[in-house]
Amino acid sequence: MSTLVRDRAPVQTGLVSVRAPRKRLSRRTLILGGAGVVWLIGFLFLHGTATLTLPASELTDLHRSLNQFNAWVASNRADNPVFQYVFTPLRAAVDAVANLFIGIFAASSTGLRLPEIGWLGTVALLSWIAFAVGNARVALLTAAAFVFFGLQGLFVEAAYTFALVITAVLFTLLIGIPLGVLAGVYGRVAKVITPVLDFMQTLPTFVYLAPLALIFLIGPASAVIATVIYAAPPVIRLTAHGIRCIPENTREASDSLGTTGWQRLLTLQLPLARRTIVMGINQTTMAALSMVTIAALIAAPGLGQVVIRALQSLDVGTAVNAGLSIVLLAIVLDRVTTAASRRAEPGANRKRRISRRTRYILLAATLLVVLAMVQLSRTMLWAAAFPKDLNIGPAIVSGVSSASEWLQTNLFLFTVSFREAVTNGILNPFQSLLTETPFYLLVAVIVLAAFALGGWKLAAVTATCLAVIIYLGLWSDSMVTLAGTLVATAVVMVLGVIFGVAMGRSSKVDQLMRPMLDAGQTMPAFVYLVPFLGLFGATRFTAIIAGIIYAAPVAIKITADGIAAISPTVMEAAVSSGSTPWQVITKVQLPMARQSLALAANQGLIYVLAMVVVGALVGAGGLGYDVVAGFVQSSLFGKGLAAGLAIVFLGILLDRMTQAAAANPVRKVLSAKSPAH
Amino acid sequence: MSSPDISVRNLWKVFGPGGEKIPKDPELSALSSAELLERTGCNAAVRDMNFDVAKGEVFVVMGLSGSGKSTLIRCLTRLIEPTSGSVLVDGKDVMQAGTGELRELRRRKMSMVFQHFGLLPHRTVLDNVSYGLQIRGAAKNERYARSHEIIELVGLKGYEQHFPDQLSGGMQQRVGLGRALAGDPDTILFDEPFSALDPLIRRDMQAEVIRLHKEMGKTMVFVTHDLSEALKLGDRILIMRNGETVQCGTGDDLVGSPADKYIADFVSEVPRADVLTLKWITDPVAFGTPADAPVLSAGTIIRDAIPTVMNSLCPVLVEDSGKITGQIDRDSILSVIRSTEVAA
Ligand SMILES: Nc1ncnc2c1ncn2[C@@H]1O[C@H](COP(=O)(O)OP(=O)(O)OP(=O)(O)O)[C@@H](O)[C@H]1O
Ligand SMILES: [Mg+2]
Repeated sequence: MSTLVRDRAPVQTGLVSVRAPRKRLSRRTLILGGAGVVWLIGFLFLHGTATLTLPASELTDLHRSLNQFNAWVASNRADNPVFQYVFTPLRAAVDAVANLFIGIFAASSTGLRLPEIGWLGTVALLSWIAFAVGNARVALLTAAAFVFFGLQGLFVEAAYTFALVITAVLFTLLIGIPLGVLAGVYGRVAKVITPVLDFMQTLPTFVYLAPLALIFLIGPASAVIATVIYAAPPVIRLTAHGIRCIPENTREASDSLGTTGWQRLLTLQLPLARRTIVMGINQTTMAALSMVTIAALIAAPGLGQVVIRALQSLDVGTAVNAGLSIVLLAIVLDRVTTAASRRAEPGANRKRRISRRTRYILLAATLLVVLAMVQLSRTMLWAAAFPKDLNIGPAIVSGVSSASEWLQTNLFLFTVSFREAVTNGILNPFQSLLTETPFYLLVAVIVLAAFALGGWKLAAVTATCLAVIIYLGLWSDSMVTLAGTLVATAVVMVLGVIFGVAMGRSSKVDQLMRPMLDAGQTMPAFVYLVPFLGLFGATRFTAIIAGIIYAAPVAIKITADGIAAISPTVMEAAVSSGSTPWQVITKVQLPMARQSLALAANQGLIYVLAMVVVGALVGAGGLGYDVVAGFVQSSLFGKGLAAGLAIVFLGILLDRMTQAAAANPVRKVLSAKSPAH
Repeated sequence: MSSPDISVRNLWKVFGPGGEKIPKDPELSALSSAELLERTGCNAAVRDMNFDVAKGEVFVVMGLSGSGKSTLIRCLTRLIEPTSGSVLVDGKDVMQAGTGELRELRRRKMSMVFQHFGLLPHRTVLDNVSYGLQIRGAAKNERYARSHEIIELVGLKGYEQHFPDQLSGGMQQRVGLGRALAGDPDTILFDEPFSALDPLIRRDMQAEVIRLHKEMGKTMVFVTHDLSEALKLGDRILIMRNGETVQCGTGDDLVGSPADKYIADFVSEVPRADVLTLKWITDPVAFGTPADAPVLSAGTIIRDAIPTVMNSLCPVLVEDSGKITGQIDRDSILSVIRSTEVAA
């Protein structure tokens, strides 16, 4: 899940701060400091009052009316025209496509519920496709991975997940590529959709689910639709980017020959953007896998269900077994689409070792083998359903379970004392600082901070977000989530600075770490919960650690890029004036990479928030818990929906505030930069 | 030379917001570029230009970097939309053309060769050359047949299946030239086509253009900032500064009678004996010159006259369209050569 490609306002240096920057800076610090002092004093005298706590099973009027709305939708689904003519046919269409793929790869709807092309046929066909779009290596990887799913006893589940991913990716591309082309060709379209995409990408995966389940019912259709919404931004962005970034001189040359708009698109823009578009497909596919697994919460079949059930029953062994499949599937999808993007590079096919002719012959020959295997699968039972006696899944499950038990008992001292130390030493105090401060005081403090960071406009946005959260009746839960998010983000930033500086300073470290970070970013969110569940048990702490690990790669990468982008002349000047490495880092590199740091904090926050919410599955409380409870208990549906909304507004608030912090250049940075120009 | 192929009248291009008002405003349009930029924030890249290009002529536009050459040549096919004025091609105003007509003009009448080649990296040499034909809807075998001819003409035979990044800069520009020629346009526009090439290859390519011009006789508008290139290729040369014409004439005119100090500086390093003709150094016929002295035409380049003058014992007579206009002797030739050496 790498959503790094966001056309954020580029790091601005320049005239913004020329107007009396010193005064502005000191005032900003003053206000922030003042707000902090007011908060602490207020907490000392007023703590425990006006906390707006709402016990887990209690509802507000708003939640009850949302419940009623849910009931109303349920009873009017059949004859309301909007449902009759829009939602229901849409659902039917998506369901039809999803069921087609499910029938082919996972389970047909008839008889023994065997897949149409059996496991052997599936392995053969998918490997062949991997070969056709990529190369022999990724084809082998595909075959190995799918056979391994069989050995794990999870072939059908993996096939379900794969079928849903394929369906979602298909729809996403069908919508996303034309939209991206439009945005690339017409600046006006880009202007309209970019903020929408920005907004979509700040939403945690979780929050799409409840509203979609309300409209489209639970099951594959709503899972696919949620996934399409979640996975569309990268491909739209990258397509638009590829189309727009055609070199000016090629474009001019083509115009000078009298091309029409269409001709330009077909002969110039699309061929030159091909590679970028396929990279977009890669990102979209990874995002789709991430969402399809989480959509298990609204009854999407597949590996996600296995993981969620295991998490809920704290069955670490099963969770690890299924989590492993998800990771493997992620690797396969990533490698195949990456190989495809290499092939799409202009001129790739002339560097091939084998000629185009030979390749076609090879493809045709192997296709025949695939067809034979498919035919075999349709006639022989052993080739249709993966043989049960080859199942090593239970062995993995019990092995992991006992390992986890061993770890938990033998590392007890370490894991538990570490967990408790952090929980009692940092987490609890900070959380109670947030939850026990009277809400009006905290609102005032946050709005004041927003004003200091971004002026009236940001203060107004912040006040609105907080007001909505209060209105939703979930103030206290929001503060619990906020506490976890902020603590985790702080750790993420520490990691980001340490590793980012190391990577930015040494290309060797960079080369070593980058593949790991890339791999980390492609994993679906809640796979991260599994190993830490094994170590630390089901607590808030586990969710926070998972959030840290999940968000760290983004933060590290952005920081490293920021450090590496500092002009070598500035570095040379600093070194030649006799600075120690430590001085170079603290006096030159970090201040100059300030904006990257702020951007890293921004992205880190959004990733952490997404994860802390998902962490509800392993015992993190707060808004995430309300959302999950809403899926499980229909009486809590309204509260869950409200919690989803609260997450959205919390996300907007954090996003805007960190963006404002990033957009305000400090004077010191400017003066350090100017000699470089 | 027959009726003009291209004729440009009162052409303006002003970059920047509100630029369209400037040509019409007598006060603003009288300002210098620097003042204009300061007053309005607009950049007048082409200011009130007027010139004609005859059929079959090689017309060179010259000027320093930023003088507006590229803008001017792009205005001819409206790759850059002119602010005001008119551009007549075969008597029709390009400024009035609709999108369809404009496309036809670009497809059949005028094609362009670019400084940075502008080749399509995903297409082979063959497909790059045939790109223009494909755009105008020629059938595949027709356009490939034509492109093979052109590729041979520009000296790239054997490279049809190569991709641009496998070729040297000079060869890439040959592809660019081939692409422009493939559509058999009446006019070819060159925007500093050889300035990205190294000197030896540049010389080859200039020879190539001269050869093609001789073989095909196309009208050419050639932008360069290199005076020797201009003198070598151009029938006539237009010198631009800050978007305005400073002087327009044959190379001979520019070197012999520069319009102002700017051009005088510009041409001061030119080897004058190679450029000037006899008419610039002709003295009145002296009393003692014999009537049977050798006769040379006034259009002879001075360097070409050297053997005759040196081998003759008496001054040499100069004739212009059948009439004796004066004489030259060793001294007059030597003084030209000496002034060149001093300047160099
Ligand atoms: N798109 C544009 N927007 C604004 N100003 C422009 C634009 N294109 C060119 N100019 C300005 O117009 C003037 C003329 O530019 P032009 O590129 O025509 O010069 P040139 O003579 O071709 O120079 P060179 O030899 O460097 O190619 C320059 O001052 C340039 O800054
Ligand atoms: Mg130019």
